[in-house]
Amino acid sequence: MQLQKIKLFMYFPPEKTDKPITYRLVKDYDLMFNILQAQIQPNKKGRLMAELEGTAENIEKGLQYLKDQGVQYRIFNKNIIWHEEKCVHCGACTAVCPSRALSMDRNEWKLTFDHSKCLICELCVKACPLNAMDVNIFL
Amino acid sequence: MAKTFDEINEKIKDGKVVVLTAEEFKDLVEEKGVAQAAKEVDVVTTGTFSPMCSSGAFINFGHSDPPIRMNRIWLNDVPAYGGLAAVDTYIGATELSETQGFEYGGAHVIQDLIDGKKIKLRAESYGTDCYPRKEITTYITLDDLNQAYLFNPRNAYQNYNAATNSSDRILYTYMGTLLPQYGNVTYCTSGELSPLLNDPELRTIGIGTRIFIGGAQGYVAWEGTQFVRNKEVIRDGVIQYSGATLAVIGDMKQMSSRFIRAASYEKYGTTLFVGVGIPIPVLDEDMAKFLAVRNRDIYTQVVDYSVPSRSRPVLRKVSYEELRSGMIELNGKKVPTAPLSSLRKAREIAQVLKEMILKGEFLLQEPIQKLPEDRRFNPLKEREVK
Ligand code: SF4
Ligand code: SF4
Repeated sequence: MQLQKIKLFMYFPPEKTDKPITYRLVKDYDLMFNILQAQIQPNKKGRLMAELEGTAENIEKGLQYLKDQGVQYRIFNKNIIWHEEKCVHCGACTAVCPSRALSMDRNEWKLTFDHSKCLICELCVKACPLNAMDVNIFL
Repeated sequence: MAKTFDEINEKIKDGKVVVLTAEEFKDLVEEKGVAQAAKEVDVVTTGTFSPMCSSGAFINFGHSDPPIRMNRIWLNDVPAYGGLAAVDTYIGATELSETQGFEYGGAHVIQDLIDGKKIKLRAESYGTDCYPRKEITTYITLDDLNQAYLFNPRNAYQNYNAATNSSDRILYTYMGTLLPQYGNVTYCTSGELSPLLNDPELRTIGIGTRIFIGGAQGYVAWEGTQFVRNKEVIRDGVIQYSGATLAVIGDMKQMSSRFIRAASYEKYGTTLFVGVGIPIPVLDEDMAKFLAVRNRDIYTQVVDYSVPSRSRPVLRKVSYEELRSGMIELNGKKVPTAPLSSLRKAREIAQVLKEMILKGEFLLQEPIQKLPEDRRFNPLKEREVK
């Protein structure tokens, strides 16, 4: 079965922040759940950026579950692609990357790209002089 | 025991030469000392792969029938110089396309030619008795051209400023994207691997020196533009050299985009990453001492690029070791650093050059003339025009 990965922002209403919603997503829908950024405090509005991985069907069910629980979400329909064959490992993109998703390996002086940290801000796309970073739009 | 260029070349021909890259040589000195390293090693290879705006190519197209004296020329819509003889031109790396703007420029034309791509040549003329034709539009490739050689008036800067931005807005510069309020610091040399920092007094690099450029064997043609020689004592025993530059020449037909690459910087324009490698002979212990210099003893200055003036404020001096650590302190705050020059490619170049010498494919050329000692860097004086 082909697994899919999506990135989404979730906004929790205050009364939901202490409920084990993420736990249910993992348990009931067999989704891999990777938290990228979180701002959750008891009895306040919470915000979570996460990556979900699972079958298309389970992702859909999981999202329905979120809706039913009153959790709003926004799915990113973009990701950033690094065309390694065009890259000369100059490092210019690391100057602007706010989340350090792009960084230099200090032994090899090679660019490394940690997709899970990427905020899709697109700053690197403009900063790369070799046109090696691209926005990929899907859906 | 001193060595000469000739003796080293004999060893290269006999397959007995000992060559190390600059980084390997520095490690050897730390392990065995300068005297021993000078004895054991004959040649040290250096490298840099950085954006070098002052680059461009001379091209001769050959004559059409009937012939044309091209006086306005475009290559893939990038204007090239029309003020030479009938079918000669010079295309500069930073010249922008009239149709694609910042996305495509002279540097891209140069890379596309090297990659074997077809380039659209368009030229106009006023027509003369000997050159009656008034316009031509055709495709050319590198193979068709009689000559195509890079002549870069200023490459291989000995040292260069690091850049930051104190203002409240993002700056788009040839030093990359500078984030507001000291959000980052960018720097642009290969430090201890950089050619002119390993021969700081230019004892072995001068006019005629054979170099590796863009994959080809080329030469130092002249002093680079804005050439000066600065020597400054940083602290006891550490002297800082800067300001030397080289004008270099090399055959595009021998080049590969593995070692030369077009680039475009956001809201700045196009430029060319040029890979330059220079072999430095270990003539004696003095030379070995220079070659032993490490990043911790090579300094540059952090300059505030938000000040729109010729003399921008210098915030501090900083060593390449600190810059490469990924973070430096500026006004008591930790600021992330980012390189703009590819150290990985610089290493690759030093390594490839080392292998070429070991295989006997690259001989050293002693300078036929030294570079000047006495250049000044004059500003442009503005005089009232009536
Ligand atoms: S700026 Fe572009 S070429 Fe340079 S390291 Fe980043 S992706 Fe690679
Ligand atoms: S899109 Fe933004 S966060 Fe993602 S890699 Fe590029 S600069 Fe970093």
